[in-house]
Amino acid sequence: MDARNFTFMFYGFLAAWLIVLLYVVSLARRGARLTKELDDVKQLVASGQKS
Amino acid sequence: MREKLVIVLAGLAAVLLAYNLHHMFLVLPNEVSQDFIFRIIFFHVPAGIVGMIGFFVALIFSVWYLAGGDLRYDSVAASIVEVSVVFSIVNLVTGSIWARVIWGIWWTWDYRLTSQLVCVLIFVGYVMMRRAIDEPTQRARLSAALTIFGCFDSVVVWKSIEWFRNNHPGPVLSIRTGGGNMDPDYERTLWLNFLALLIIGAALALVRSRQESMEREIDSLRRAAHV
Repeated sequence: MDARNFTFMFYGFLAAWLIVLLYVVSLARRGARLTKELDDVKQLVASGQKS
Repeated sequence: MREKLVIVLAGLAAVLLAYNLHHMFLVLPNEVSQDFIFRIIFFHVPAGIVGMIGFFVALIFSVWYLAGGDLRYDSVAASIVEVSVVFSIVNLVTGSIWARVIWGIWWTWDYRLTSQLVCVLIFVGYVMMRRAIDEPTQRARLSAALTIFGCFDSVVVWKSIEWFRNNHPGPVLSIRTGGGNMDPDYERTLWLNFLALLIIGAALALVRSRQESMEREIDSLRRAAHV
């Protein structure tokens, strides 16, 4: 088996999963930011209704 | 409900991927002319197909939006497009790595590669455009128009290996050739990995569409607070 051939296959698999992983991390971060933003806006609306 | 579905899909994809990886590396023999690098096809082709299917599903939702004006359809389309862009980028990158070994170059401007790059750029533009426009109706209408335009290019990507002479290999899957161009064991593994990537894509699109709903909720709360 050609070592270079194997190395490039490894790079291919690594790249594929890295791209998906980066997207999953960006989704998780966006989800956390949106949850916080939604809570803040709900709180703001609730405090506005009280006053 | 949606969270449970995402967990079930992720679990299913993990089991399928474990089986596929075992099969790819420990069961299937090396391909005669390409040796080990051939295995990139098990991610390259399924990622491309998942991306392309996603763009066409997004097209259906975009047309539904244009027909009825319901912004929920636009949100679903946007979620699917974003996930499809990720899989299309995986397709381009893995293809480029394969090309470096087999062709000796990272990239060539042939019809297949160029049309796929254009397709990715159109939909990256779609994602960027959505972030730049705040007005939901205008954003949805332009997004739908761009999806229709992008899907025309997707057809070119799909058919380019039949229409033009390319460096890119011709069709090998039996759905296009009627069989005989690829070992059935290889093809079975490829379709199983397609299924795994499709499930991952569906799970990611569900998560993304939940975020789109949250964005809509934030938007409507803000508007209500200002009235």
